[in-house]
Amino acid sequence: MDAPLPVIELHDVVKTYRTGSLTVDAVRGVSLTIAPGEYVAIMGPSGSGKSTLMHILGCLDPLTSGSYWLAGQDVSRMSEDELADVRNRRIGFVFQQFNLLPSHSAWRNVELPLCYAGVRRDQRRSRAMDALRRVGLADRVMHRPGELSGGQQQRVAIARALVTDPALILADEPTGNLDSSAAAEVLALFDELHRSGRTMVLITHEPDVALRADRVVRLRDGRIEMETNQAGVLS
Amino acid sequence: MSWLETLRTGLDAVFSHRLRSGLTMLGILIGIAAVILTVGFGEGAQAKVSGEINALGSNLLVVSPGSATATTGIRGGFGSASTLTQADATALASKAVAPDIAAVAPATQRSETLTATGTNWTTTVVGTTPDWLSVRARSVTEGRFITAADENTDAAVTVLGATTAQELFGFRDPLGQTVTVNGLPLTVVGVLNTVGASASSATTNLDDQAVVPITTVANRVFGGSGRTSVQSIFLEAASSSALSAAYQEANSELLRLHQVTAVNADFTISSQQSLLTTATSVDKTLTELLASIAAISLLVGGIGVMNIMLVSVTERIREIGLRKALGATHRAIRRQFLVEASVLGLAGGVLGAGLGLVGAVVLPHLISNPITISPTAAVGAIVVAIGIGIAFGVYPATRAARLAPIDALRSE
Repeated sequence: MDAPLPVIELHDVVKTYRTGSLTVDAVRGVSLTIAPGEYVAIMGPSGSGKSTLMHILGCLDPLTSGSYWLAGQDVSRMSEDELADVRNRRIGFVFQQFNLLPSHSAWRNVELPLCYAGVRRDQRRSRAMDALRRVGLADRVMHRPGELSGGQQQRVAIARALVTDPALILADEPTGNLDSSAAAEVLALFDELHRSGRTMVLITHEPDVALRADRVVRLRDGRIEMETNQAGVLS
Repeated sequence: MSWLETLRTGLDAVFSHRLRSGLTMLGILIGIAAVILTVGFGEGAQAKVSGEINALGSNLLVVSPGSATATTGIRGGFGSASTLTQADATALASKAVAPDIAAVAPATQRSETLTATGTNWTTTVVGTTPDWLSVRARSVTEGRFITAADENTDAAVTVLGATTAQELFGFRDPLGQTVTVNGLPLTVVGVLNTVGASASSATTNLDDQAVVPITTVANRVFGGSGRTSVQSIFLEAASSSALSAAYQEANSELLRLHQVTAVNADFTISSQQSLLTTATSVDKTLTELLASIAAISLLVGGIGVMNIMLVSVTERIREIGLRKALGATHRAIRRQFLVEASVLGLAGGVLGAGLGLVGAVVLPHLISNPITISPTAAVGAIVVAIGIGIAFGVYPATRAARLAPIDALRSE
C-alpha cells in the first residue's frame, strides 16, 4: 500500500550563516517528514533554529546542504524565479507581524498573491471574497488594516494565506502579537482549517498553542530534540 | 503581475506619499517647463528673424559688387564705380545661360529728398526693373507697378512704399500725385504693400522707399558717369531646391563676363540662407546656452527622483520582503519600482509641459518677445521626463529586486 506523498520531506538539512569571520550553525542536520493533513507545531527556545527552519520550509532561505522536497518537488535545486512560483502557489504564510499593506483594503491585501499568480481580475475578486468569508470577515472587505483590530488583521492575513489554495500553511508565531481572546479566535480558525484537511506548520514558543497540533517537534541547538504526538507520547 | 496591476500599485505608492511625490515631481516639472520655454523662446526669435529675411523675397540671391576673401582682403571696382552693370543683369536673365534663375532685377539706389506739395521726405530711391516686384516678393495695394514700357521710355513714374506715401500725402490718395526728386517731377502710379518695419538692423525699412524705372533713374535722376552700373542684382531662383544651381550659374557667368577667376572675383553672391544663418546664429547660441542650463535642472530633477526612490526602497523593505514571500519575482519587484519612478517622471513631465505652454502664452505679453509653442518640444520633453524617471529608477529598482526575501522580512 502506497503512503500518500508527503507534503514536506527534509533530509539532513544544514544551514550555516557566515557573517564576516563568524560562522553560525543555525540548523545542524534536521530530517523531518510531514504528511498531508497533518498539523505540526515546531517549538523551541530562542536560538534553537526554529525561525531558520521556518524560513527554509517557506523557501525564503536556501539550504547549505541536505535536501528539501515540497509536495513532490525538489525545491533545494530551484532557481530564484522557480522558488517565487513555489512560494506563490504552494505555501501560504501567516506572520507574527501580520505584514499587511497598510494602504490596501482587506480584499486587495488578500488578492495580492493572485496578482502575482496572474489570475484574472474578476476571479481574483471572487476568490478573495470567498477567503475573507471563510475567516469571518465578509463585512470588512473594504476596511484597511488600520481600521481593523489585531485579531481581524491576522484573519485577513490568514485569508491571504488561503486564497491560493496552497499545499502548506506556514504560520510563524501567529498569536505572538495578539491578546488572549484574539489568539483564541485565530487558533480556533486554525483548528477548523485543520479539520477541513489543510496541512499546517505552526512555529511557536507557547506550549498551550503547540498542544493543539497533532505533533510537536522540539528543536534545541539546531537539532530535533524530540517529537511527541498529541497524547504526549514520544514518537 | 500584469502591467495594469503594476501601474495601479505604482500610482498607489505615489498617492500614499503625496507631499514627497509632489516635491519630487516639482524638480522634473521645473526642468521640463524651463526646457520648453527656452526652446520656444529661441525658436520664436529665430522665426521672427527668418520671417523678416524671407520678406526680402523668396529664393533670393543677391549679387553685390566687390568681394572679400580671407587671403587677399577687400577688393572693389576701380574708384567708387560698381563693377556690376546692366549688361550683367541682362546676361543672367537669359534662360540659356542660367535656366535655374527665374527672374532678375538689377537695382541701384540712393537716398534722395522727395518733394510733394508742401511736404518733403528723404527716402531711398530704388531704380529697378518690373521683375523687382516678384523677386522681392512684394505686391502693390493700389495702382500698378512699373512696366517694361516705363523702362523703355525712361518714364517719369514712381511706386511708393506705404510709409513714404503716408509721409508725403497723409490720408490723401497718392495715385496720380506728383513728387519731385532732383528737379524731376514723377507721377505716383502705385503704392507697395506693407511688410512691416523690420526690427533687426540687418535690413532697412522696406515700407519706406520709392521705386522708379532703372533707366529713368540712370538717365534722369542720378545721372553721372556710371549710368550702366548697378549696385546690386537680385536673382530669384526657380525654386528653393534650385537655389544652389542658380548660385553656380550666376557665379560662373559673372566670372566669365568679368574675365576674372574665383580667386580675384569682383562680386559677391549672398543667399537668403547665408543672411539667415548669420542673423540666427546669435539667437541659436543663446538658445543652446539657456537650453543646456534647463537640461542641467532636468538632470537635478532626475537625481531627485533617484534619491526619493532609494528612500522609498529602504522604507518599504518589509513590503518588498512580503511581496517576495507572496510570490513576486525579481522582475515583478523591479518593474514595480520602475513604474513608480516613471509615473513620477510622467506626471512631472505632463505638468511641466502644461506650465511651459501656459508660460509660452502668458510670457510674450510681459517680455515682448515671441515664444513659439513647439509640439515636438512638448512631446519630446514628456518622453525625456519618463526616460529620466526610468533611467534614475533603474538603480533603486534593481536594489529592491535584489533584496533577499528573508532579509527584507526580518528588518524592523
